[in-house]
Amino acid sequence: MTKRSNEPLLWLLFSVGGVVAALLIPVHLFLFGLAFPLGWLNAPSYDALLALARGPAGRVYLLVFCILPLFHWAHRFRYTLYDGLQIKHLNELVNTFCYGGAIVGAIVATYLVVHIP
Amino acid sequence: MAEQIALEVTRFSPERDKVPSIQAFDVPLRKEWVVLDALNYVKDRIDGSLSFRWSCRMGVCGSCGMMVNGEPKLTCATFLTDYAPGPVRVEPLKNFPVMRDLIVEITDFLEKLSKVKPWIIRAKEKPLSEGEYLQTPDELDTYRQFSMCINCLLCYAACPVYGLDPLFAGPAALALAQRYNMDSRDEGKSERLDILSQHDGIWGCTFVGECTEVCPKHVDPAGAIQQYKLTATQEWIRSLLMPWGGKR
Amino acid sequence: MTTYTEYPPKGYRVRISTYWWLGRWAYLKFILRELSSVLVAWFVIETLLQVNALIGGPGAYQDFQGFLRNPVVIALNIISFFFILFHAITWFNLAPKAMAIRLGGKRVPAILIALPNYAAWLVASVIVAWLVLRG
Repeated sequence: MTKRSNEPLLWLLFSVGGVVAALLIPVHLFLFGLAFPLGWLNAPSYDALLALARGPAGRVYLLVFCILPLFHWAHRFRYTLYDGLQIKHLNELVNTFCYGGAIVGAIVATYLVVHIP
Repeated sequence: MAEQIALEVTRFSPERDKVPSIQAFDVPLRKEWVVLDALNYVKDRIDGSLSFRWSCRMGVCGSCGMMVNGEPKLTCATFLTDYAPGPVRVEPLKNFPVMRDLIVEITDFLEKLSKVKPWIIRAKEKPLSEGEYLQTPDELDTYRQFSMCINCLLCYAACPVYGLDPLFAGPAALALAQRYNMDSRDEGKSERLDILSQHDGIWGCTFVGECTEVCPKHVDPAGAIQQYKLTATQEWIRSLLMPWGGKR
Repeated sequence: MTTYTEYPPKGYRVRISTYWWLGRWAYLKFILRELSSVLVAWFVIETLLQVNALIGGPGAYQDFQGFLRNPVVIALNIISFFFILFHAITWFNLAPKAMAIRLGGKRVPAILIALPNYAAWLVASVIVAWLVLRG
């Protein structure tokens, strides 16, 4: 039996990350990126937001919210570079940049979430 | 004087030319004529050396696929009057090497097709004396759409990944693999998975979706490939969690 | 005088242009859809910056609010918002294609799989908004 590639894992991460991004990023971006800075809605106080983030549910939510969409980006951007810029022959460089970047982001996210006071 | 339309056709003779060129012909614009009729008019009356493939002239053999005004079409199913007043540009199918005029080299597709084993695979063949394999209409329905493929290769002309990546299996080959995977008589799912789950089998597909848009038989190869990605991933998880499970 | 060759020539290959994706509207839509992932990554980074500001205390958080009010950041977020919507809508519309769910022998129509996704999107958004806005 020839060795099966591990693409399914990467595709699974891409898919789950895509679902998380589609379901949750729009409301987050609308609130934190537009409504609060532009004053359309009252932003929550520092204490209120910290209270949301520091609970165990909040921390897990933040980990899922930050890590999975990064792997979604990694997989999609890798193929965009292959097909868009036609640099598939540089695949080792592209893969390292994409998945490596996502892993770095995951480490940073974990570090930050653990250090929420 | 009957109405005419200009046909701009790619000409390429490998013995003479380094690159293809365009030659224009004036053909009658008859309301019931398709592009194939116009090409045959040119071959019969103007230039007998014009080379192109065709056969059934009714959209079931898959021979006459060409680019008409930049779109992959079956020339036997594309009416001239849709392009009036013209000109109509007829070029060889995109993403394939051009052999002569409008004829392309499709060996790559044929090799990829045979690699996916598009036939019923059984662990043990049932002897004739035991009768036929029974299949309900619902079982037929699960793969029927994918069995409509006529190998016309319009989907390959529309797929940018196939154009860019010579190792990608391509829409029709993958749809046909799925046609056999979903057939209740088939037992070859695992065998095909080994071949297709190589990196460039199905994973090169980025779901552009143009293959489904241009398919004249509504096969929906993009859907077949996405379903297959899901199946392959489920199999991968299963083999990870139950490595002793053995081949299914 | 043409020369006869024993094997047919390999054929003339047209090289694919770097700008192939500008050739058709469908290809351009596809590339834009794929590039939405970059703005997804950008928003994750923005969120990580926000968490970092939370850790830094009320002062750091105030500074971050100021950063978010910067016109360049606002513009980027507006663009991101359209791309994220594009991602979400194309995602929910295409997801049914991967799932050939059959009930009672007939294939479930794509819209019946897409609608629950849209409903989940609405519910998730409402819950997050409620949690954040109740202060």
